Amino acid sequence: MAGPMRIRATEEGGVTTVRVLMAHPMETGLRRGSDGAPIPANYITNVEATHNGRTVLSGVWGPAVSLNPFLAFKFRGATKGQRVAVRWTDNRGGTRTDEVAIT
Amino acid sequence: MKSNRRTVLQATGAMATLVALGIVTAQQAHAAGRPGFDARTLQDAIRALGGAPATSDQIRIVSPDFADNGAVVPVTIISRLPKTTEIFVLVERNPLPMTAAFTIPEGTEAEIQTRLRMGESSNIVAIARADGRLFSAVKATRVTLGGCGD
Repeated sequence: MAGPMRIRATEEGGVTTVRVLMAHPMETGLRRGSDGAPIPANYITNVEATHNGRTVLSGVWGPAVSLNPFLAFKFRGATKGQRVAVRWTDNRGGTRTDEVAIT
Repeated sequence: MKSNRRTVLQATGAMATLVALGIVTAQQAHAAGRPGFDARTLQDAIRALGGAPATSDQIRIVSPDFADNGAVVPVTIISRLPKTTEIFVLVERNPLPMTAAFTIPEGTEAEIQTRLRMGESSNIVAIARADGRLFSAVKATRVTLGGCGD
């Protein structure tokens, strides 16, 4: 479940584009297993991206974001070589942070 | 202790699960920073955001007209409204329409790409809070295979 995120951050013309692919089952809590028992909800509820300790994006999610969530956004004020970190937290209290250098 | 329990629930994010189970009220969900996420209708979700949004052609939704897999529907929301501080993404006909709420700090573009789960063909609704006011746009996406179940 807590596999590494794949993050790419590229800067061009002062704008840094960040693309994140997270590894998470994003179980909605609405499905039932083959035995008929409900599969408990297990999905990312909060996402936060930071640059130099400053939040550049935050998100609150419900269960309808797809399995292995993809997220892309753009922000200004960063330069190549600086780092962007992305953290997610799920409804069970699980969390993961990964970071990448801007290229 | 009620306050300790609430603190723990908020910290662990278990609030959303309890709302889905009907154990937590909408008011408590709002207090936990998830307004509208417990709503079962589009109108209730919008009401939880605090107003009736005005339709805007400055919000663009890029999504497929036809999605063959409802479990993974790519969506891009772009707001050209000045001072956009939040973008909300809702799927009208999902059991819980509110899907994502993004906060856009200064310096970040009001453009988000993600992938959503759609239970059936539905309108995708994007709401932007710009300069304190709510604006919305709608795009219909038809789904061949619903993305909620097995």
